[in-house]
Amino acid sequence: MLSHEFIRLALLAGTPIALACGLVGYMVVLRSEVFAGDALSHVAFTGALAAAAAGIDLRAGLFAATVAVAASMGLLGPRAHADDIVIGTVFTWILGLGALSLSLFVSGRSSGNGAGGVHVLFGSIFGLGAGEARLAALIAVGVIAALIAIARPLLFASLDGAVAEARGLPVRGLGVLFLCLLGLTAAEATQAVGALLLLGLLAAPAGAAHRLTVNPYRGLALSGALAVGALWLGIALAYSVPSFPPSSAIITVAAAAYLASGAATRLRRREVSRLAGPTDP
Amino acid sequence: MADAPVAFATGGGLTLNLADDVRQLLTYHFMVNALVAGTAVAVMAAVVGWFMVLRRQAFAGHTLSLIAFPGAAGASLIGVPAAWGYFTACGLGAVVLSPASRGGRARSAETAAIGTVQALALGAGFLFVSLYHGLLNGISGLLFGTFVGIADGQVTALIVVAVVAIALVAVAGRPLLFASLDDEGAAAAGVPVRALGAGFLLLLGLAVAATAQITGTLLVFTLLVTPAATAQALTVRPGAGLVLAVAISLLVTWLGLGIAYFSPLPVGFWITSLSFGLYVLARAWRALRGGRR
Repeated sequence: MLSHEFIRLALLAGTPIALACGLVGYMVVLRSEVFAGDALSHVAFTGALAAAAAGIDLRAGLFAATVAVAASMGLLGPRAHADDIVIGTVFTWILGLGALSLSLFVSGRSSGNGAGGVHVLFGSIFGLGAGEARLAALIAVGVIAALIAIARPLLFASLDGAVAEARGLPVRGLGVLFLCLLGLTAAEATQAVGALLLLGLLAAPAGAAHRLTVNPYRGLALSGALAVGALWLGIALAYSVPSFPPSSAIITVAAAAYLASGAATRLRRREVSRLAGPTDP
Repeated sequence: MADAPVAFATGGGLTLNLADDVRQLLTYHFMVNALVAGTAVAVMAAVVGWFMVLRRQAFAGHTLSLIAFPGAAGASLIGVPAAWGYFTACGLGAVVLSPASRGGRARSAETAAIGTVQALALGAGFLFVSLYHGLLNGISGLLFGTFVGIADGQVTALIVVAVVAIALVAVAGRPLLFASLDDEGAAAAGVPVRALGAGFLLLLGLAVAATAQITGTLLVFTLLVTPAATAQALTVRPGAGLVLAVAISLLVTWLGLGIAYFSPLPVGFWITSLSFGLYVLARAWRALRGGRR
């Protein structure tokens, strides 16, 4: 399997992207900003298609759109947290613009099918070129480094914003910076699993980690490891079952990990109550 | 949808006489179907959406709307009418989501569960589409809606669903409003808050499944959330808010369908832009008045 060039490129780009998704996703779940991640993933679609319709590099539109929307959500929302209804209203309109770009893009080309749009929506990790994979890996490493650098103050600000503010931490600035990192991650993950499915890579490993441990650093590591594991297993699964698209396979593995974590917590809770409570039969 | 409006825009031209334009619209059977179905869906989506915005369940609603996509894709895979897929998937989705979004603001771990369900559903949808082999234009129709292919039977079904949904809201409206605004108080007064919450999600699934057939699964929110959010920005009174939401929803649906007929741009773009424009105007008006809420 590793003798194929496209598998090696998929692993080269996918591993740091999945790690970034796992780490950023842990913070996203901690800060209850999953819906913002959802909205950014849809913005990624519009950005990429608008760039395609304008005839420039897809990735330029991708990064510009997600980071710009992420920053404005952070700046407009109260305490750098965006309100659900505002997010819903804004990203629906942005998706409408995406529909517009798709139709402009499709009618502007002679082939007349929506293949480009489908790639953006559902990803094509097996179709990455060497240069694309290397750049995606580099940006993902940058996001990981930035997140680790701000992890401590960000955790403090997320868990107890008022106290962190009283201690002089720039809570608002951290929130905006984090949303920008989330935007970058969304743009990255769009290239791997597509705009519609990246939420699974953000939410499922992080949700599992939150269920399995309350220690934030252990949780961060676990979430990253689960995301990378889901990507590897998913790629292997898609390789061995050719009719299974890689994006669907990765998301299925991630969701299975989340379900398994629920079962594991329930078992452990039963074990603990059996050991602790003599009243329990 | 992507190339359909281009073809129809060449069929007739826009004149400056509004009555002529409307008459020209109504000569085509598919436009009449689209307008009738759009009207039924717009009224229902506005009413259900108003409660959804009040209960802050936008994320659950969005996830339900995306679950409609694998439903439709799976239905075309096994060869049954897409409407069955829409309603089955959204009903199942509401049952799965109801433990995860119990009333009010969802806690962090619960939003992770909702996000996981959403991504899994979309992944399954993509799997179904790729098993179905090709028809990429079909995908963008499912995702971004179409208004040319609405059959007569579908129109009847949508009207029936809309009437049932509005009747349910009319029956359960008062306790639902009570439970949405103050769930502890409602529970203390003997209102079955949890059953109402689960029932509301089912109703939301029904509304979403119907709306998705017109607007596509990605743009359901344009009728579900935006008119309701606009209405709630303008008034806090439930009765006036509901009427306003319905009026806005009807206006943008009719205008959007009408403009899309004459323009080469897709209907999804027009409806979302019109409703978003009204939302921005409402927010600006409230900000000018010094926003009391």
